[in-house]
Amino acid sequence: MTTPLLQVEGLTKAYPGVIANDDVGFSIGKGTVHALLGENGAGKSTLVKMVYGLVRSDQGEMRFDGEVFSPASPHEARSTGIAMVFQHFSLFDALDVAENVALGMEDPPPMRTLARQIQDVSESYGLPLNPDRLVGDLSAGERQRVEIIRCLLQDPKLLIMDEPTSVLTPQEVEILFQTLRKLQSEGTSILYISHKLEEIRTLCDAATILRLGKVVGSADPKVTSARDLAAMMVGEELKVPAARDHSLGDVALRVDGLSVASPGAFGTSLKEISLELRKGEVLGVGGVAGNGQDELLGVLSGEIKSPAAAILLDEKPVGQLGPVERRALGLLAAPEERLGHAAAPDMSLSENAALSGWLRKGMVNRNIVDWKKARNFASEVISTFDVRTPGTEVPARALSGGNLQKFVVGREILQSPEVLVVNQPTWGVDASAAAAIRQALLDLAAAGAAVLVISQDLDELMEISTTFAALNEGRLSKVRPAQGLTIDEIGMMMGGAHGMEVAS
Amino acid sequence: MDFGSINPVLLIASLMVASTPILLAAIGELVVERSGVLNLGVEGMMIVGAVTGFIVTVETQSPALGFIAGALGATLLSLVFGVLTQVFLSNQVATGLGLTLFGLGISALMGQEYAQLRTPTSPRWEFFGLDELPVIGPIAFNQHPLVYLSLILVIFVWWFLKTTRSGMILRAVGENHDAAHALGYSVIGTRFAAIAFGGACAGLGGAFLSLVIVPQWTDGMTAGRGWIALAIVVFASWKAGRVLLGAYLFGGISVLQLNLQAAGIAIPVELLSMSPYLITILVLVIISSGRASASGQAPASLGRAFHASG
Repeated sequence: MTTPLLQVEGLTKAYPGVIANDDVGFSIGKGTVHALLGENGAGKSTLVKMVYGLVRSDQGEMRFDGEVFSPASPHEARSTGIAMVFQHFSLFDALDVAENVALGMEDPPPMRTLARQIQDVSESYGLPLNPDRLVGDLSAGERQRVEIIRCLLQDPKLLIMDEPTSVLTPQEVEILFQTLRKLQSEGTSILYISHKLEEIRTLCDAATILRLGKVVGSADPKVTSARDLAAMMVGEELKVPAARDHSLGDVALRVDGLSVASPGAFGTSLKEISLELRKGEVLGVGGVAGNGQDELLGVLSGEIKSPAAAILLDEKPVGQLGPVERRALGLLAAPEERLGHAAAPDMSLSENAALSGWLRKGMVNRNIVDWKKARNFASEVISTFDVRTPGTEVPARALSGGNLQKFVVGREILQSPEVLVVNQPTWGVDASAAAAIRQALLDLAAAGAAVLVISQDLDELMEISTTFAALNEGRLSKVRPAQGLTIDEIGMMMGGAHGMEVAS
Repeated sequence: MDFGSINPVLLIASLMVASTPILLAAIGELVVERSGVLNLGVEGMMIVGAVTGFIVTVETQSPALGFIAGALGATLLSLVFGVLTQVFLSNQVATGLGLTLFGLGISALMGQEYAQLRTPTSPRWEFFGLDELPVIGPIAFNQHPLVYLSLILVIFVWWFLKTTRSGMILRAVGENHDAAHALGYSVIGTRFAAIAFGGACAGLGGAFLSLVIVPQWTDGMTAGRGWIALAIVVFASWKAGRVLLGAYLFGGISVLQLNLQAAGIAIPVELLSMSPYLITILVLVIISSGRASASGQAPASLGRAFHASG
């Protein structure tokens, strides 16, 4: 066997209180696609950050193409031939495409040459992109193209991709895979990080599975079943939430021809949204991020006002009411952004519980907050949803993302809403906790509440929804029964492939 | 048109002088804010620049050394701000306000002995007789060197931010410091450089005030010019060209209203005195309003503390 492109041995990295990586070792062959699998918090990110020079390891050795390799900075990693497509945090909204690309390169050519190169590469890989556009105006799929092209222009030997498909439509995923296969055939190795098993099975040649910072196994994903991979990843059998059969009741929430402008400059305005949500129904709203999801949540929760008659709760107009008045009527919402939107970062869990639940849980009497009730409510959320926290008095920001997510979703569910709107309820939550949240949403619907789930995770939506619709550029597709929808149909509802072409 | 006793040529020539301190402070602050740092201490840095410039000029009898000292003094003060906000992650708003109060206090202390003194005047440049030309002579060819320098700085900052790689990195740091860090750029280093540049510019502006415009030292002589510079940066949508427009507009109306007062126009003095503030802000608000485009917005990381994690 020839020397592997990247060989990692005994890599260890500890942070105060956690060992992020413990004696990790694996190797990537030339021209192969290698998967790194693991739950959130398994140490995948820390591992690739060490390879990319963002974090120094405490112990262990890396070899790149046979040479000892320990990058002190991303600059060094890039000049060695490593490029990385980040999951978040690496584009600049107010800069144009060419500038964004130039910032990720070691020696960018003059802007005019670069713009031409961007066009050449984007055409030869079937990823059309205009170098002069501001990144803030691009869709999620287009933004990812910027990142990929930034990497391709450096002719990398190893391309690291961190959860690249989480923001793409099925058609866009297919195109991405074709691009990656083309790169592979040209001899580039790819380190592919994901927790989506089916993707890994179609794309990757080898897989290393991490759990709690340790390598727990490696497998050939082409021959190992998704179920076995999941078992290795989670360490236990997954409980799949069971959708129950129950009849739907009256219409609880009716939205009629709702159009509102987005409050943010980079937001998406909602156009002519109409839907009916019945008691006992779970309506899944899919769509690529940035197509109006935040605005839809805002307009339903009451953060964005609309014409009174555009939103009817129990046939009463509520469009002009604010969030508190809507809560009083039983319409609750849990937004996507945990810190700063769903929870006040520096306030304790019981304070955060009181901020949302004071009205429906009767915690305020003559303007005096009953902190005992608030603490009890917070404890109830913590125990019901298995939130891992030292107590109710720790600040929200001290919780890990997944635990806080369980808290903010659980907080709304336990207020027994008539209508619950959630955006990305299981984002960043590990598989078993995600299953618990989904089950709680289903139980809520079975008890007669109407639930609207906005999510980018199609598998999740297919699992829990009774009906399905998709947002595309601020428009909502027709609502259809979720049962029997094919992935192609869903893709069409999500707006197709945004003019992407298949790589030739 | 009848300007009465007001000579438009002299008006323009003198508005350029009156605007220069604000222009210098504002162009420096523009760079600072583009890197994502909100330094509200402009007023404090200006007055420290004014007092150090004045003291050094009195002691050495050299205005050139005075300007350099003014810039250095304010830079030093800005670096205190840098250490507090970038290393110790203190709140930028509170620290900036503290810097202004501190600057006003220490400048009064330092300047006690110098209140009644005068400095040698620094000569204007005269371009081989071009200053004798009608109209454009006094405006374009008979100004203090710092007036030219301030205009060159505006062009330099515009060019630097728009075309150079360093300028692009600076904008990237201000736009999304996490992403800039992930790509391997030094967020804190970039911000320190920007803060120091902002300090030097504010100091030069202050020294210009105490050495050329007044020219004398009095306590609190910046009289809110630092705050106007801050406001101009915001209303100019963080664009160098508009900062120039805003500063000259403010300076122009300040000079004009003084002339109008002297000419005895029947407008209450109070109204005239507030007019520069009102009109400058009004005009810049109108320019920067309209549906906010992406390019007219504040740097997204402005005022947020950066802490590298993981």
